[in-house]
Amino acid sequence: MNKTVEILRKHTMKIVLVLIVIFFSVMTKGQMFAASSFQALIAQNAYVFVLAAGMLMCMLTGGNIDLSVGSFVCFIGAIGGIMMVRNNMSVPAAILLMIGAGVIYGIVEGFLIAYINIPPWIATLAGYLAFRGWGTALIGGSSIAPLPEGFSKLFNGSVPDFFGGSGLNITCIVVGVIVCVVFVLLQLKGRSDKLKKGYETEKMVSVIVRCILICAVILLFAYKLAQAGGIPNNLIWVAVILLIYNFITSKTTIGRYFYTIGGNVEATRLSGIDTKKIFFLAYLNMSVLTVISAWMTMARLSAGTSTAGTNYEMDAISACVVGGVSAYGGSGTVFGMVVGAALIGVINLGMSLMGIDANWQRVVKGVVLLAAVVFEIMNNKEKTKD
Amino acid sequence: MAKVLLEMKNITKTFPGVKALDNVNLKVEEGEIHALVGENGAGKSTLMNVLSGIYPYGTYEGDIVYNGEVCKFSTIKDSEEKGIVIIHQELALVPYMSIGENMFLGNERGKSGAIDWNETYGEADKYLKMVGLSESSRVLVKDIGTGKQQLVEIAKALAKHAKLLILDEPTSSLNETDSKALLDLLLKFKKEGMTSIIISHKLNEVAYVADKITVIRDGATIETLDKHTTEISEDRIIQGMVGRELTDRFPKRHGVKIGDVNMEVKNWTVHHPLYPERKVCDDVSIKVRKGEVVGISGLMGAGRTELAMSIFGQSYGTNISGQLYLAGKEVHLKTVRQAIKNKLAYVTEDRKGNGLVLSNPIKVNTTLANLDSISPHMIIDKDKEYQVAEEYRGKLKTKCPTVEQNVGNLSGGNQQKVLLAKWMFADPDVLILDEPTRGIDVGAKYEIYCIINDLVAAGKSVIMISSELPEVLGMSDRIYIMNEGKIAGELSAEEATQEKIMSIIVTSGKGA
Repeated sequence: MNKTVEILRKHTMKIVLVLIVIFFSVMTKGQMFAASSFQALIAQNAYVFVLAAGMLMCMLTGGNIDLSVGSFVCFIGAIGGIMMVRNNMSVPAAILLMIGAGVIYGIVEGFLIAYINIPPWIATLAGYLAFRGWGTALIGGSSIAPLPEGFSKLFNGSVPDFFGGSGLNITCIVVGVIVCVVFVLLQLKGRSDKLKKGYETEKMVSVIVRCILICAVILLFAYKLAQAGGIPNNLIWVAVILLIYNFITSKTTIGRYFYTIGGNVEATRLSGIDTKKIFFLAYLNMSVLTVISAWMTMARLSAGTSTAGTNYEMDAISACVVGGVSAYGGSGTVFGMVVGAALIGVINLGMSLMGIDANWQRVVKGVVLLAAVVFEIMNNKEKTKD
Repeated sequence: MAKVLLEMKNITKTFPGVKALDNVNLKVEEGEIHALVGENGAGKSTLMNVLSGIYPYGTYEGDIVYNGEVCKFSTIKDSEEKGIVIIHQELALVPYMSIGENMFLGNERGKSGAIDWNETYGEADKYLKMVGLSESSRVLVKDIGTGKQQLVEIAKALAKHAKLLILDEPTSSLNETDSKALLDLLLKFKKEGMTSIIISHKLNEVAYVADKITVIRDGATIETLDKHTTEISEDRIIQGMVGRELTDRFPKRHGVKIGDVNMEVKNWTVHHPLYPERKVCDDVSIKVRKGEVVGISGLMGAGRTELAMSIFGQSYGTNISGQLYLAGKEVHLKTVRQAIKNKLAYVTEDRKGNGLVLSNPIKVNTTLANLDSISPHMIIDKDKEYQVAEEYRGKLKTKCPTVEQNVGNLSGGNQQKVLLAKWMFADPDVLILDEPTRGIDVGAKYEIYCIINDLVAAGKSVIMISSELPEVLGMSDRIYIMNEGKIAGELSAEEATQEKIMSIIVTSGKGA
C-alpha cells in the first residue's frame, strides 16, 4: 500500500499528463491523436522547452527568474529582421549578430545581478519593459517580413526523407526506432554497471516497465510525425538542447553548484565555490537560449513582429514550476521540466481543439500552475514528516 | 522587606534531547537590580525567554508569579502588557528607520492605523531625554553609535511602560565609558522605583550594580547571593559559575609529536562589515604547531568566529590587516578557494546555516569543498563520489541508511560528522573547528573528540573554538583566551583551569 502511494507520488505529474491526454482525446473525439496535433504540439511549444531549460538554471540558484525573455525574443526578432530583410545581410552573419546581442545582454544582466546584487526580478523587469519598447520601435510597425527562406527552414522545416517514402516518412520511423534501441541499451548498461560495482539498483521490472512506456511514446511520436511529413527541425534543436542541459545538470561540477547554491548559498560559498560566477552564468546562459528560441519564433512566423514573445517568460516559468522545479531553488530536473512543459502544451492544444475561448484558457493555465505549486509544497511537507 | 514582584517557581524547559532548564527558581523584589550570571549555555537566556513569553505557556513546566498573579503568557505582547520588557543582546533596531519609528515599532502612536507623527516624535524625544540622549528622534538609527543604540533600546522599553526591565548582555558591544553610563542609568531608574534583571558576563559590572545575584549552571539555579548580607567578590561568583568536576569525557592522546609551526597569524585586525569603524578582531597574534590542538576560549561575541572566518579567505569582515603564515611562508588569501588550496579548512559553528546543504544527499555534501578532485574535465565521477562518501561514513561512523540520504534528515551529531567529512576530504593541514560539538549529544561528542585526536596524530593542526570550558580544557594542548576582539591571555594545558580562564576574561573586560 505504502509502496503504491510512493510510486504515485513520485510520478504524479506523468500520471496527470496521461490523464489529461486521455481527457482531451475523449473530449475532441480523437482529434488529439491526429498526426497534425502531434506536429502542432512540437511546432507550438518548441520555444517553451528551450526557454525553460534556461529558466531551470536560473530557478535552481534560488528561485530566481528572468522576466525579460519574452521581450528579448521580440528585440532579437527586430534586429534579425532588419538585418536580413532591410539590409540584405546574409543568414550566417545575421545569426552571429543575434548571438552577439544575446551574449552582450547576458553579460550586462548577469553582471548586474551577480556582482551589483540587483534583485533578479527587478533587473529583468527593466529588460522586460525596455526590449519590448526597443524592439517595437525598431520594427516601426507590426512586422518585418518575409524572412529569407534559408533562415526559416533552419528552424521550421522538416528533415527530408532519405528513403523517399511516400505518405509515410521512413527516416522518421527509422530514427524513432534507433532512439528506442539506444535508450534501452543505455538503461540496461546503467543497471549492469551498478550491479557490477555492487551498488543498490532498482528492480529489473521497473527498468522494463520504464523502457516499454518510453519506447511506446517515442514510437507513437515517430509514427505520427512520419504521417505529418517527417522530423521537424525544431524537434532536433530541442532534443539536442535538452540532452546538453540534462548532462550539465546531472553530471558536471558546474551543474552541481547550481543545486547547492539553491540549497544553501553560504555553505556553497564557504566551500570555495565562486557563487557570484554561477549567478552570472545562469543569466548569460538564459540570454543565449533566449536567442535560440527567438529564432524558432521568427522562423514560425517568417517575420519579426512587435508582439512576438509576449508572455514567453511566463510560459517558461510555468513549465518549470509545473514540472516540479522548486520555486525556492535547489531542486528540479530537466526531465521534470519537460513533463511540465508537455503538460501545459497538451492543455493548450486540447483546449484549442475543443474551441475554448483563449481567455478561459488562461484561467485554466493559472489554476494548473497554482495547483502544481500547492501540490509540490504539500508533497515536500509530507516527505519531511516521514 | 520589599514586596516580591516576580517569582519563577520550578521552571523546567525541555528542548528535543536537552533539558535546558531544570527546576529553576528565581525571586525578584520590587525596586532591585537582580543579576543572572552563568556560563554560555547555562540557561540564562532561555529562562528570560520563558518569562517574556517567547516560549509560550504550556511549552515549559512551572509557574510564573508576577505582581501576585500567575501569568500564562503566550506571546511577547502579553508579557509587555504587564510591563515586562526584554532587551535582547543583539540589538533589534531597524537601521534605516528613525529613532522615533524604531521606538514605537509595533506600538505605533496614532488612531486606527494612521500614524500620528507629531505624537510619535514628541513622545520619543521625551523618553530619549529620560535615558540621557540628546539626539533628535528623527535621526536614523544607523547614524548613531552602538552605545547610543543600546540607550534607544532602553528608551523603547520605557515607552512600553516597563515595570520590569530585562537586559540581556546590555554592555557586550559597548566600550568602557558607554557601559558605565548605561549602568549608572540603571541605578538612577532603580531610585525611581524600576525593577531590573540584568544578564551579564562582566562580573565587575554585576558587582557594581546588582543587589542580588543568582547563579545558574547547567540549567539549574545554584545559589542567590545578596549584596546586603554577604560580601560579593568576583572570585566568589566565579566559584559558583564553574564549580563542576571534570570527568573522563575526553579521550587521551598518546605520543602525538608536536612539530613545527604550521600556521601563524600576526597582528590580525578585522573590522565589522557593516560598521567599519568597529574592530571585531584587534591585533590578534596566534600560532599553531603540527600535531597540536589549540583551543580558543572566550564568551560569545568575543570575536573568535570572526577571527577564524577572516583568516579563511577573508570570508568575513572588511579592512583586514595583518600577516598570515602557512608552513612558514607568508600567504595572502583573498578567497575561500585560495584558502582551501593552501590547505586551510574552516568548519563552521552553524552547520545548518552555512555548513551543509540540507536538501542534498550526504555524498554531495561530503565532496562539495573538493569536487574538482573527483571530476576529470569537470565531469563528476559518480562512482568515485560514492566511494569517497562511503569511506568517510565508515571512518567517522556516521549513522545513516545510505549516503544518498539527505543531510537534513540526520541527527545533529551525524550532520556534524558529515561536515567534518567534507573538510577532511578537502585535505587540509590546518583545521579550524568552530564549536565542533554544539548541540550534539554526549556520545557523539566523544566520537568527535576521537576524530580530532586522529587528525592531530596524522600531523594536522587543529584550532578548536569552543564556549564550553571543560571541552577546551580537556582537548587542548594550549589555550588562547579571547575577549572583545583581543587575545586576553594564553595558557598551557597544564596551568589552565576554569577559574583561571574565567578570571582572565573578567579582568580583561574590566581593564582595556
